[in-house]
Amino acid sequence: MHKIDVGAKILQANEEIAQENKEIFKKHGVFTVNIMSAPGAGKTSVLEETIKRLKDEFAIAVIEGDLQTSVDSDRIKALGIPAYQITTGNVCHLDARMIHNALHDFKLDGFDILFIENVGNLVCPAEFYLGEDLRAMVYSVVEGAEKPKKYPLMFHEVEVVLLNKIDLLPYAGVEIDELKRNVLEVNPTAKIFPISCRTGDGLDEWINWFRNRVKRFKENVKS
Amino acid sequence: MHELAIAQSIIEIAEKEAKNHNSSTIKKIKVQIGEFSGVVKEALEFSFEIAKNGTPAENAQLEIEIVKFKAICKTCNFTLEKIDDFNLFCPNCENVLEIISGREMRIEYIEIE
Repeated sequence: MHKIDVGAKILQANEEIAQENKEIFKKHGVFTVNIMSAPGAGKTSVLEETIKRLKDEFAIAVIEGDLQTSVDSDRIKALGIPAYQITTGNVCHLDARMIHNALHDFKLDGFDILFIENVGNLVCPAEFYLGEDLRAMVYSVVEGAEKPKKYPLMFHEVEVVLLNKIDLLPYAGVEIDELKRNVLEVNPTAKIFPISCRTGDGLDEWINWFRNRVKRFKENVKS
Repeated sequence: MHELAIAQSIIEIAEKEAKNHNSSTIKKIKVQIGEFSGVVKEALEFSFEIAKNGTPAENAQLEIEIVKFKAICKTCNFTLEKIDDFNLFCPNCENVLEIISGREMRIEYIEIE
């Protein structure tokens, strides 16, 4: 019997495929966003509202990850946006290979933005890089103020936190400043946007920030 | 419950390493898992037992070393070690703490026959 030093990252294979995905996105000039949240925080609603405000400026496509059903991709298709559904069965997260396989069927030519809606889950998706340019999460105010402390990894790994359902703040029994503080304690550089998909509050700030981010990417890809 | 995917990755890497050394029997796999990774030790042990069936790691033992979470303040050297008190702002000088360990997820070594 002998011992072999390995020293490899366990998720190395996933990361290699994610890098390939990133190259494919870049080659097509597609800015890719991985959207994560707990089930029911409003990922699909955020997507719908974001798409409505940007679809005349950018060609947008969506990959939907769900355990079951194509309800979410049907909602996106209703906006006239191509949506590809990945049903993971029992797998609680999307991984780079699933996205890579989807790209065999789903052609990226002519698109500017690809949204990947991950499976609703605050633990597993945080560990699997897909090759995205931006990681965003949706955190609804009714989930309680302690969520970032309970799931620090997810909150730590994202660049943007969309604080959704602020219209429900009067019923949620939490203060917006407390929610923001808890997010920042876990992720000091997080960009936080308080929004309501229902009333439209705060969406302009998010859209303006996002639009600039996509434009910067497009300029870099061109040059 | 992504530990099954993690267990499968561990076995794939170990299998490849064993093959590179002309072995088809893995006796032991030693991994390091950070406290600040999304992996639950018991769930990984359980998943490994399932995933190893029919592979060269069928009779392998999985040893999991949990690497403690640690974040430090570069200004005043304050050290945060309790993951339950997760707050990346230094309580003394309010600078942002730097995470120096706890995100590990790696295979350290394998033992083969």
